[in-house]
Amino acid sequence: MSTEVVETTRETVSPIFGRLSLDWIPYHEPILIGTFLAIALGGLALLAVMTRYRLWVPFYKNWVITVDHKKIGIMYMVLGFIMMVRGFADALMMRAQQALAAGGAEGYLPPHHFDQVFTAHGVIMIFFVAMAFVTGIMNFVMPTQIGARDVAFPFLNNFSFWMTVAGALLVNVSLFIGEFARVGWLAFPPLSGASFSTGPGMDYYLWSLQIAGIGTTLSGINLIATIFKMRAPGMKMFDMPVFTWTALCTNILIVAAFPVLTATLTLLTLDRYLGTHFFTNDLGGNAMMYVNLIWIWGHPEVYILILPLFGVYSEIVATFSGKPLFGYKTMVWATCCIMVLSFLVWLHHFFTMGSGASVNTFFGITTMIISVPTGAKIFNWLFTMYKGRVRFEVPMLWTIGFIVTFTIGGMTGVMLAIPPVDFQLHNTLFLIAHFHNVIIGGVVFGVYAAVTYWWPKAFGFKLDDKWSKRTFWFWLTGFYLAFMPLYALGLMGATRRMAQYMDTGWQIYFIAAACGAVLILFGILSTFIGFAVSIKNRKALACGSDPWNARTLEWATQSPIQPYNFPQVIHVHGRDEFWHMKQTGFKWSTDYTPIHMPKSTATGALIALFALGFGFAMVWYIWWLAILSLFACIAIGIAHTFNYNRDYYIPVDEVAKTESKGATA
Amino acid sequence: MLKPFKIPLMLLLAVSLSGCQYDVLHPSGWVAGQERNLLIISVLLMLIVILPVLFMAVYFPWKYRADRPETDDYDPTFTHSNKLEVLIWGVPVLIVIALGAFTWVYTHKLDPYRPLDLAHAGEPIEVEAVSLDWKWLFIYPEYGVASVNELAMPVNRPVNFRLTSSTVMNTLSIPALSGMVYSMPAMQTKIHMIADEVGTFAGRSAHYSGPGFSQMTFDAKSMTDADFDAWIAKAKTVDTPLTRASYLELEKPSIGNDVAFYSTVEDGLFDRIRNLCVGEGKVCMDQMMMVDMHGGGGLAGIKDKAAFEYDGQRAIDGFGNLMDAPGAGLIDGNDDTDANDKPDVDKNTRSAPAMEHN
Repeated sequence: MSTEVVETTRETVSPIFGRLSLDWIPYHEPILIGTFLAIALGGLALLAVMTRYRLWVPFYKNWVITVDHKKIGIMYMVLGFIMMVRGFADALMMRAQQALAAGGAEGYLPPHHFDQVFTAHGVIMIFFVAMAFVTGIMNFVMPTQIGARDVAFPFLNNFSFWMTVAGALLVNVSLFIGEFARVGWLAFPPLSGASFSTGPGMDYYLWSLQIAGIGTTLSGINLIATIFKMRAPGMKMFDMPVFTWTALCTNILIVAAFPVLTATLTLLTLDRYLGTHFFTNDLGGNAMMYVNLIWIWGHPEVYILILPLFGVYSEIVATFSGKPLFGYKTMVWATCCIMVLSFLVWLHHFFTMGSGASVNTFFGITTMIISVPTGAKIFNWLFTMYKGRVRFEVPMLWTIGFIVTFTIGGMTGVMLAIPPVDFQLHNTLFLIAHFHNVIIGGVVFGVYAAVTYWWPKAFGFKLDDKWSKRTFWFWLTGFYLAFMPLYALGLMGATRRMAQYMDTGWQIYFIAAACGAVLILFGILSTFIGFAVSIKNRKALACGSDPWNARTLEWATQSPIQPYNFPQVIHVHGRDEFWHMKQTGFKWSTDYTPIHMPKSTATGALIALFALGFGFAMVWYIWWLAILSLFACIAIGIAHTFNYNRDYYIPVDEVAKTESKGATA
Repeated sequence: MLKPFKIPLMLLLAVSLSGCQYDVLHPSGWVAGQERNLLIISVLLMLIVILPVLFMAVYFPWKYRADRPETDDYDPTFTHSNKLEVLIWGVPVLIVIALGAFTWVYTHKLDPYRPLDLAHAGEPIEVEAVSLDWKWLFIYPEYGVASVNELAMPVNRPVNFRLTSSTVMNTLSIPALSGMVYSMPAMQTKIHMIADEVGTFAGRSAHYSGPGFSQMTFDAKSMTDADFDAWIAKAKTVDTPLTRASYLELEKPSIGNDVAFYSTVEDGLFDRIRNLCVGEGKVCMDQMMMVDMHGGGGLAGIKDKAAFEYDGQRAIDGFGNLMDAPGAGLIDGNDDTDANDKPDVDKNTRSAPAMEHN
């Protein structure tokens, strides 16, 4: 039965094309050809439309080179949604494969393809969907919540965004040129090392994460500086909205954790490119070091994803309950506790790698301790609703769905934190169900809540209610149908990442999970239909600057927000400043002064473009292109330091004009 | 509120209760049984706080909905309560303390490294398990036999496993008997388990390890002592010895191997596998570490590099095919005349004991 061992020869490296040859174009894979044609046709149609309606110049001037934090935030969200489609297509393929491949059946995806799909799904969903969404929301909301005009370093913000895009593009290039990694989303060596992942797939993984990682780290620094230095006069730390607090903790986590990822991936890159032996089996390498390092980044990473959404829920629950947030200080301290504790639990990801009982117990208990501040947050949201006036607007539906779902996910998480229970459930589908339970129930629901909540602030009209509700119900039911069977399968001993399995008793559960995935597909379709319908009916859906009767400063701006955010500097007197402004009948004075603004620049997009070229060249060993691209990146960066034309003033009459327009709208 | 997903949930419940394949919940070994008990204890403890939360999450928004008939109880000043704070921090803290105590006791009791000392258990047997690409090798050192993709164990007798791997990480997982532990190349891990009843249980690798991962399954058969002896005897009849040479053949990547037996096993094979020195002319890891502790080979030792290399000769392409080894024979091509497949490392070290030449 065993397959023959065939010896294959190593590829040759040409001086011009590196190791890229026609063999690496997957023209014999019908699935990929179909995908490529669809994307190519869609892309051509987009190009045609943009040319037809002369959108290139506005697109370049208003979006590509913009340093406006709101537009950059919106672009992050667009990136997140586009990549979500890609990542979700991977999910559907996996669900279909596992629904078919039972009892000796091979399904339609050979392991060679299936293994790339689950790796790509994980990488894309974490780095380019969840991270993009989280960064996008923080970018859009946080500066306006603290009464700032923009982030501390507007150019850096633009650069961070385009580096993230470059990383995302590199991942997608791997779809049609070469292959992606087959290692799982965290790429444990030795499997991901030079000997056991010989193709370019693993190098796509490394370079796309490194390029995007630069963007993430810089964006973290930028947003921390913004919160510390750019708050409106009078706003003390404990006057900041909870979302800003969670953004602060998240970005501290980013700045503390992402360098670890960068260093770890660099060591692995050295192993692969220069033949060092950090993580190899032989010559003194030790793969356990990688496992420790990657999780020292990896565990804080999950809190990087969830904390901002905790902030989102806090804003929403207070707004729609018509009450200030219950236990504001508890909320803040709970967030800070989680931030610190998230660095003390990483070993719970590998209880099963032979640590002693005392070590395992320590990390098990620290993990349980995190559930205490998290639980306190949930209670605070509940008591915010208590004695409130709860309006069942769509963001509130997502929030209630979140509380129920996340509580269940939290419980299964604590189960996994108990080492002896984890010995049974580690690497099973129970684990998969758990982290989707908290990531979908926490992060995705939160992103949807945030999008529906702040959409009117971004565009001046609400999202269509009917389609938003459909989106919610499809996602909620789809989630339960897709992941509850995985809990059951985990308890039967079904392992993650199986391309095929023998036990036909499992198949019905996999089929149920696939049906759940289809429901989620409807949810995603409803999202886009909802966007389209709302844009079409934007006149009817138009709303004022404060459609939800909200409490925090971002709602004091016009909708859509003017480039300068606030026509005058706001003096803050306490928490929920906008609520007090409304109580006291605040009016903007008409005594405007010219507003100092940062100027757009193409530098960020340009450097990111060459970074993409560099990444591609490194993946394929095209050394000349790598050297040229890297040189270009550095040269453009240095040249930008000589650009003194970085700011401008919005004259008083223009401010007056836009403000009077906003007053009548 | 819950209505739309009530039906799928009920269906799910019906399906889940119908089958009896929940290895984790209906285990057949003492270790897995203890792990199941702990799982249930933890769930019950957590439900103390989870159930009220789930209830409040649905009841509060409904009770305090904006369009309720009576809104007299609307109280926007209710934003802090010391009593509630004590409750929402205190109760979870108490539960975590209880859960932490259980965790401490059970984690030590069920430490995979701890030999089982159960009153009802018989004499333990030793098994050395090696995860290969992509099959399992089980060596029975006390009996001098080995098997591929089938694990036999006498019922009611503890099995003491030593684990390692040939190239990449895997886990040894037999959910009906015990939790899993990783098998890792160049490292040794341990796990102890016992089967309480006769039966055939699903075993597999639970850590993704490459193209043949899905087929890396085996049957774990627990049997009576007589049946076990017969199984050993059967293995002894096949007349294929497991030597270093035949191990190197077996180790080559293959997918979906049938069950196979080896009648004899070369002494110390497992330790050589763990030390990456099954191949001729290779220096064992433990030797290398000792040399390193004494200052290493230094520049003069560079010519011996090939004796320490392992991964490169096992490189695979994306489909799991072995690739031609780079630098094979590199050591011979050196101008150094005495450099051959017997590395002369000890002269470069200060006080390392004689190398284990083959």
